[in-house]
Amino acid sequence: MKTLFDKIWDAHVVSSVENGPTQLYIDRHFCHEVTSPQAFNGLRARGLKVFRPEKTTLTADHNTPTINQDQPVKDPISKNQLDTFAKNAVEFNLPLYFPLGHIKNGVVHIIGPENGFTHPGATIVCGDSHTSTHGAFGAIAFGIGTSEVEMVLATQCVLQTRPKTMRITFNGKFGKGVNAKDLALYMISKLTTGGATGYFVEYAGEAIRNLSMEERMTVCNLSIEMGARGGLIAPDQTTFDYVKGREFAPKGEEWDTKLAYWKTLKTDEGAAFDKELTFDAADIQPMITYGTNPGMGMGITDSIPTLDQVDEAGRISFQKSLEYMGFEAGEKLEGKAIDYVFLGSCTNGRIEDFRAFTAFVKGKKKAENVIAWLVPGSWMVEKQIREEGLYDILTEAGFALRQPGCSACLAMNDDKVPAGKYAVSTSNRNFEGRQGPGARTILAGPLVAAAAAISGKITDPRA
Amino acid sequence: MAYLLIGKLYFMEKFIKLTSSVVPLPIENVDTDQIIPARFLKATDKNGFGDNLFADWRYNKDGSPKADFVLNNATFSGSILVAGKNFGSGSSREHAAWAIDGYGFKVVVSSFFADIFQNNALNNGVLPVVVSADFLAEIFATVNADPKATLTINLEEQTVTNNSTGKSETFVINAYKKECLLNGLDDIDYLLSKKTLIEQFEKSIK
Ligand code: SF4
Repeated sequence: MKTLFDKIWDAHVVSSVENGPTQLYIDRHFCHEVTSPQAFNGLRARGLKVFRPEKTTLTADHNTPTINQDQPVKDPISKNQLDTFAKNAVEFNLPLYFPLGHIKNGVVHIIGPENGFTHPGATIVCGDSHTSTHGAFGAIAFGIGTSEVEMVLATQCVLQTRPKTMRITFNGKFGKGVNAKDLALYMISKLTTGGATGYFVEYAGEAIRNLSMEERMTVCNLSIEMGARGGLIAPDQTTFDYVKGREFAPKGEEWDTKLAYWKTLKTDEGAAFDKELTFDAADIQPMITYGTNPGMGMGITDSIPTLDQVDEAGRISFQKSLEYMGFEAGEKLEGKAIDYVFLGSCTNGRIEDFRAFTAFVKGKKKAENVIAWLVPGSWMVEKQIREEGLYDILTEAGFALRQPGCSACLAMNDDKVPAGKYAVSTSNRNFEGRQGPGARTILAGPLVAAAAAISGKITDPRA
Repeated sequence: MAYLLIGKLYFMEKFIKLTSSVVPLPIENVDTDQIIPARFLKATDKNGFGDNLFADWRYNKDGSPKADFVLNNATFSGSILVAGKNFGSGSSREHAAWAIDGYGFKVVVSSFFADIFQNNALNNGVLPVVVSADFLAEIFATVNADPKATLTINLEEQTVTNNSTGKSETFVINAYKKECLLNGLDDIDYLLSKKTLIEQFEKSIK
């Protein structure tokens, strides 16, 4: 009896080092401009070629502007990094390189699935922690460091210690106005940011089964925020329907063979996990964060914990965090004025997120004091926003659309929230300075972001 | 690359046993965005990140040092960083390990490390040492009382000793990683030696 994780892992073991890690074969490698240049330098220094060029997909996304992408990038250091990325793609003969402006360009974890590079049963890595996103398809997907990027480029393998396994089951159904982001923030608030460190998580249960592919990606995306190596969901008809017909998905006979295999990818009845947790989806309300890590989350109508509710060793960090945010212990946040709204990132930059946001703001007007950055996760999402008429509704409500990229999720480009300002953000990290030095981030789902953009305050979207 | 290998060997040799005073950072959940903020990730080589280690805690907006941050406090120095629980959470950026290495830290001691950071540190010859929560608290107390107090890290024996109290703990390190550190080998050397196996594996899955 095996878990889903065991089945995929075991099918990719090339060798095992005695008393050491496993040599794991990698089916798909994603690559972006920020964590790859030193890896290519390493190959050059050792005189190595890329071993399997067609298994690496490259997109520029982290350090890119979200306006005027057709013009040369202004910041010379950013430009150099992007030029280096392009040069490496050419020098190492990498055919799947999608530069700025290319229809397949966008945030790496969005373009992978939408172009059919992400498959059930695959091993997937990228020099980026949110690679866990791809686990939504029933794949083992995890983030790696640049040394490991070099290993994959050189050998299509990495060395990894086998993680422990955890299953998190969500029973029941969500209430109204609650979505996958709320589920994930709820889970992280229960587990804390280190609660799943050393584990690979399988998500299961009725509430997970009922999620769309895009919602599943949101959940798996945030696995890393509780420390997990990755998270995955057994593939089912929802998964197969999503993958079928995409450009780089298997076709014809290959599709039939693959599909038959994919259908075997589930945890056997009675297979043991190292840890099991169960939650009830009905307990979840729209979530927000109040502190400076994603584990510091609460229901939108709740109050920040008081000092005596925090364990002693953590109090200094807790107070430091609230000081940074300008909040008080025990305070309620509903009704607090905010300054920025960011809709986007590999967590919530897909078409369904734009649909949800647009449905909420339809017929309403953006609050005048709010600056809203609406950043599609990819050019394909951007195109769809226009084709579905969402663009017109958003414009009517006073919103503008930016061009795809990571943008304010990590604020490497000019999309920085000024010091002291509050941003309701659909991204994944509320760390100090993550969205700009001194920026104060409140993480939330697309509905809470929409409600905040309209009222200019932290607002319960169900109200 | 040879220079790097020589560098590592040199480092390893010193490393087998390292005694140093420490820099205490008693904060929990120190994430990689604090270790090296994203705006410093635009470089295309590994050098220079040490100057921006903990940049937002370390410098004011105008670039002047913040007096209250420990790296700006001459009382504390040494090549061992001691930090609160869950060090290195967040992004996979190896720049965090390069920044710690570049600043001159050889060892980071904490009661808990994030997964990817731990790997990245080891891949750069920075040793993450996990101690118990009690021992960590004791180290902080010792250093508070005497900033010149030292720890000894013995990689061969896998022990960490608080030289002021004489208290010692063993720490865990993967046997393979330990060999790599002691011999200055890295994972790529290992994987490259397995090319035939990889090609056989590829045939088997076709
Ligand atoms: S959108 Fe944010 S989290 Fe996702 S890959 Fe980009 S920077 Fe990383």
